[in-house]
Amino acid sequence: MKEVHHKADEHHGAHKKTYKFGMVIDLDKCTGCGACMVACMAENNVPFRKDNSDRLRSNLWMRVYKISNGRPFPDLDISFIPRPCQHCEGSGHHHTPCVSVCPATATDYSHETGIVSQVYTRCFGCRYCMAACPYHVRVFNWWDPTWPKGMEKYLNPDVSVRMRGVVEKCSFCYHRYQRAKNKAYAEGRRELHENEYQTACTQACPAGAITFGDLKNPEHKVYKLKKSRYAFRLLEKLGTNPKVYYVSTRDWVRKAGDAYAGEEPKGVTHVTHA
Amino acid sequence: MNSASAPFDSALFPEGVKRCKFKWFLFWVAVVHGPLMVGVIAMLMCWGLALNVTYLNNNYPFGLWIAADLGIIALGAGAFFTGFLRYIVNIDELKNIVNYAVVIGVVCYAAAQGILGVDIGQPLRGWFIFWHANVHSMLTEVAFCITCYFSVLCIEYLPLILENRQLNKLGFFHGMAHHLHGAMPTIAAVGVFLSFFHQGSLGGVPGVLYGRPFAYREGFLVWPWTFFLFILSAIACGPCFTILCTWITEKCAGKRLVKRNVIDILAKISGRLLVLYLVLKTLDTVYWVVIAEKVGAPLSSFYANQPFGYWVLITELGILGVIPAIILLNAKARQNENILIIACILNCSGIFMNRWIMTVQALAVPVMSFDKFISYRPNWIEYASTLMFVWLGVVVIMLSYRYLPIFPQEKELNPS
Repeated sequence: MKEVHHKADEHHGAHKKTYKFGMVIDLDKCTGCGACMVACMAENNVPFRKDNSDRLRSNLWMRVYKISNGRPFPDLDISFIPRPCQHCEGSGHHHTPCVSVCPATATDYSHETGIVSQVYTRCFGCRYCMAACPYHVRVFNWWDPTWPKGMEKYLNPDVSVRMRGVVEKCSFCYHRYQRAKNKAYAEGRRELHENEYQTACTQACPAGAITFGDLKNPEHKVYKLKKSRYAFRLLEKLGTNPKVYYVSTRDWVRKAGDAYAGEEPKGVTHVTHA
Repeated sequence: MNSASAPFDSALFPEGVKRCKFKWFLFWVAVVHGPLMVGVIAMLMCWGLALNVTYLNNNYPFGLWIAADLGIIALGAGAFFTGFLRYIVNIDELKNIVNYAVVIGVVCYAAAQGILGVDIGQPLRGWFIFWHANVHSMLTEVAFCITCYFSVLCIEYLPLILENRQLNKLGFFHGMAHHLHGAMPTIAAVGVFLSFFHQGSLGGVPGVLYGRPFAYREGFLVWPWTFFLFILSAIACGPCFTILCTWITEKCAGKRLVKRNVIDILAKISGRLLVLYLVLKTLDTVYWVVIAEKVGAPLSSFYANQPFGYWVLITELGILGVIPAIILLNAKARQNENILIIACILNCSGIFMNRWIMTVQALAVPVMSFDKFISYRPNWIEYASTLMFVWLGVVVIMLSYRYLPIFPQEKELNPS
């Protein structure tokens, strides 16, 4: 793990005078309420169906997993893992898993923000990026997007609606970054304040479990939080170098998050929460 | 042949060969059109109603279509490899089967592109892959090379069409066919170059997925080991598929079309390449186990969920690899037609299984520790739309066999 952190630090050089937006999610605070998922869907015009119970085909940019330590009462313990796009940076000779495979350059890594984008108008639906992502953050539009009558008036005008047949995923609410940047430019500034650009899920979390900011700015909260001894990232060993960190004081939770399925900590059960 | 009893389209047949009555030909073409039309309906459902009509989902973005695509392209490798052996290595006897290998190649590559068109769900956007090409993507390499190679195959197929008895009477067509034949070694060389790259880059498609330890392989420069293994496995099974198709055609026609010594050459080469492939594949598997262990993925985790148990590995390399290799290496076994055909079926099935494993099983193996294993099986729409291209290929082969001089030895083997 240390090696991966070290490699990630080396990559900071590529982000000089730029941002490296990321997230730290405190799993000990997360109650699994799902407010982040709802906020994400509303903010990003994520389509849903009347019966949205098929989790294998529903469009969830933010998904909350529920895991347990698998022990009987009174030792039973559970944890919720909110999972947005991990916005992997890649490490060593590996690029971001999904960016390097997309044949039509429909997904790209921004060295200005560290955000992995998705260009819907370029995506032609080969779904190779979905195969490349080990976190299942990418979803395919299996249906045309439809909203209940009248709801189309409540769609976010800053976010384009995606047609069927294209892949989509969490963008760290990139439109909010653009809006904040425009405002800063208008005010003659070149730097964004920490609170100027926050994702919808961060603001919606009632427990304050999600913190968002510039991972390489010492003045941002995420800078300190990611250095916690309890911090970890999902599947660090693969070298994807994600920009979403998790914090938990519980040893079994950290092991479950960082472990590959093959070395799954004993007793962890897979319960998906929506 | 008595002209009174000859089919009315007999003037279009190759010189000195017999074909069935036109009504029977039409009947069998109509029969094939039955499942073909079911496939057309399935395809239109995919395009019209979107891909929710399939059993694909976010866990299985790749399914039967992609596996079939990779498999069909591997089977179609007989075209470029037979061309390579005939025109570059200069094995003269293979001139008696190279035409048919080209027809099979055209069918396979057209099918592969057609299946991809259905798989993406919106083929009108397919050109984005060329317009917005990402040069780092293996799929881009695949798209460019397959498209170019399909054009080469069409050029190789063209002289066969122009050599139709009636078309060939026209001076321009006759001359064009003649000159194309003259240029064939160059065309074949271009085909070989392109084929090596796309067969390899198809192997690179799963091989570069470092987020999926089951599929990921290290390699040489930008090419994972699967790049080279896919090339080798394709040229090891391609000739066997050509033999298999020839055998099926002979059974349908009720006569010999190619001499046994020609078949034997292809079988022998296929056997040797299969052995080489199995040795390298075994080494790759051992190395893969070591590398996967390093990221905490023990071999047992890859085969923990049925139906993807250890039987998959044993079947792919053992039953569908070692057994056909032994048969194909044994001259006596090759002489027995039934045993030879069994070996060809096993070999082709093995390659198909390998492609399924590298695409579908690669996605089936959970990666995050709190991932659930989800099983996948294709539904009728996926089967029908895939098989549609097979039936379409059958029609092309039927037409080619009836009207084009595909088999130079047919007349000699079947004197009237």
